[in-house]
Amino acid sequence: MTATSVRVPMAASQGNRWSPVIKIGLLGGGVAIYLALVGILTALANRMIITKVISLGQIILLSVFIIFGYMAAQRAAAGQAKRPIVRCLLSGAIAGLLISLFLSALVVIAPIINLRSVFINASPELFDLLTLGRGVPDGLLLLIGIGVAVGALSAGLFLLPDRLRRSVGMGLLAIPIVSILNSSLFAGRGISALQAAAVFVIALVITFFWQPARTATSQRLSALPTKQQRAVATLAYIILGIGVLLLPLLGPYPAEILDTVGLYILLGLGLNIVVGFAGLLDLGYVAFFALGAYTVGILTSPEIQWVGVQLTWWQALPFAVIVGTLAGVILGIPVLQMRGDYLAIVTLGFGEIIRLIFLSDWLKPLVGGSNGITRIPRALPVPAGSRLSDQQMLFYVILAGILVAAFIATRLKYSRLGRNWAAMREDEDVAQAMGINLVRTKLMAFATGAGLSALSGAIFASKLTSVYPHSFNLLVSINILAVIIVGGLGSIPGVIVGALVLVGLPELLREFAEYRLLVYGAVLVFMMLKRPEGLLPEARRKLELHEADEA
Amino acid sequence: MLLHIDSIQTYYGSIQALKGISFTVDQGEIVTLIGANGAGKTTTLHTLSGILHPRHGSIFFEGQPIHTMPPHAVVRLGIAHSPEGRRVFGRLTVAENLDMGAFVRRDKAAIKQDLDRVYTLFPRLKERQKQLAGTLSGGEQQMLAMGRALMASPRLLLLDEPSMGLAPILVDLIFETILEINKQGVTVLLVEQNALMALSIASRAYVLETGSIILSGTGKELLNNPDVMKAYLGME
Repeated sequence: MTATSVRVPMAASQGNRWSPVIKIGLLGGGVAIYLALVGILTALANRMIITKVISLGQIILLSVFIIFGYMAAQRAAAGQAKRPIVRCLLSGAIAGLLISLFLSALVVIAPIINLRSVFINASPELFDLLTLGRGVPDGLLLLIGIGVAVGALSAGLFLLPDRLRRSVGMGLLAIPIVSILNSSLFAGRGISALQAAAVFVIALVITFFWQPARTATSQRLSALPTKQQRAVATLAYIILGIGVLLLPLLGPYPAEILDTVGLYILLGLGLNIVVGFAGLLDLGYVAFFALGAYTVGILTSPEIQWVGVQLTWWQALPFAVIVGTLAGVILGIPVLQMRGDYLAIVTLGFGEIIRLIFLSDWLKPLVGGSNGITRIPRALPVPAGSRLSDQQMLFYVILAGILVAAFIATRLKYSRLGRNWAAMREDEDVAQAMGINLVRTKLMAFATGAGLSALSGAIFASKLTSVYPHSFNLLVSINILAVIIVGGLGSIPGVIVGALVLVGLPELLREFAEYRLLVYGAVLVFMMLKRPEGLLPEARRKLELHEADEA
Repeated sequence: MLLHIDSIQTYYGSIQALKGISFTVDQGEIVTLIGANGAGKTTTLHTLSGILHPRHGSIFFEGQPIHTMPPHAVVRLGIAHSPEGRRVFGRLTVAENLDMGAFVRRDKAAIKQDLDRVYTLFPRLKERQKQLAGTLSGGEQQMLAMGRALMASPRLLLLDEPSMGLAPILVDLIFETILEINKQGVTVLLVEQNALMALSIASRAYVLETGSIILSGTGKELLNNPDVMKAYLGME
């Protein structure tokens, strides 16, 4: 502290003005060490973003410098009418310096105290990454130099005018996104430096001119007569629809990812009715998913003889939905009197019970026990002579399911029942005193949600052509819940965004699989602190949670 | 006789909250229940509206027994409940809250008329119809809770502590409005800790103490009763 004050005579009289900046630097150092020791940096070191120049691991490390350098500059300018250029740049540099000092300390100390016996990721590989492969004295000096430079540059980013800053930020962000999409979907090994520069410039230009162009377009659009406006909207929807229909043609692997994301969207739409609309925290949602999948398995697989019939997938589908819906009602009845945490615990138990029943030896002759049921037919077999894969065909089944579910959810939300759910979510007693039949209203929510979950389960069974009890563990319920919370509780477009972010992104980054839950946790904490209403919130919720900012 | 309550006993688990309460409310009256904290006032209202059910005793509304009915059936008969602590639907707008009040009704034209009536009674609510109820001030929330109850077009309005936690000037306004509502033909059963205000507008009153009625009379009689003055009005 005193050292800083001495070096900066301007602030000598009020040394504590620098303490928030130093705090940010220390926090950044902590985050960097954490990421290093958790192993994310090394795990992603082989995923090249710009071929032979920079890997995703390095980009993540760089983004720590960028984010905290930027925050330091922001803090330095807080409460000032004009942004103090020198102080901002200096703050960014200090933050960068502190972060790189932390990392240097890690590199120097870790081998001495044999840190690897505790943190397995404190490996020579990590130190190599941090010293850029140049060994201890040289590499560390380079690291510190880069840290200071990047910190100051990010502070410089903060000093740019708003519009330019946003565009530069988007341009930088576009490079890893494009590269990851490219390498995941088309098995590339990163993009070249020239391509990266092109991506940066294109993204920068597009975002720079996006806002005025959008305003101009919407102005011109609203000047048109209503009939033409509607025609334009219809056209836009048609183009969007065709785009979605063409998505699986990206290839079998992208189609596989899309199927997984689609199933989570479908599940999310159902759980959103129970949790988002009606406010009933259901942690056993996977149970209905399992019931749907097993119903299809039992009715369609030639392995299961005791039913006496063998239906096609489409014939079995309505039974799956009916079984799921009934199960929703049956679970609903005993928990009618429960609220909040109690409801969550009971539903959690229910989810586990269903899984254990399918796993049990007791029912093994009927449902296959831990061997599951295999040889379930596909919903849409690949037409003869077509080169499409099963996963590509399945996408259209899932898409149809999503459309049905989104339609049901939207209609219900603005119906009388939807309003009853909203009132019940707010205050059960009073809702009842207004004349709402709580029993019926709650059971409707459980039943609708469970029906949609069973529908997803039926599709899931056809996706794998088999069902196993271990596919239906608690984690699935938690993932779905995370999807709808991150997307925005109660918001239908939010479910889609949440699934793309939480399910789609990790699928694209397979190295990430190990850190999936870690990232979920971090994302959820961050969301609850910074954007509790979700990424794409329902208008009402946004209003509620940000009233204070506006006032 | 609009409402007849015959020695009801209500329990919370094994704890007896009402020890055999009987009273009546006639058409067009304002009847008030006064008493200290824990006397059983709110429990009485909850038992009337069906949120709680009496273990013994009976309740007749226009001669019809209602003590076993669920709350959503009771409100259909014309009994609306404005609960203690307002309990508006915080995440619904003012207009939506009022709409929920009219939940059991289908007569659109009459609902619109009642909405206008509520907005005339409480002009503040009209100004804030699009605002989320949770962001209203305490006084406005109380107005909304009463307005919401009125939207059911009740014949009997149960008001639980409408003056709780409000500034004196608002308390006056709320009580004036209760008189106004009553003048428009709604019978009112009022539960209050503010005994002075309650007794001064009530046609008849009952004093509750630990689950039993210990005194009854017209509002004026009780106002001048030395025991009531001492225990509830803070006067010697």
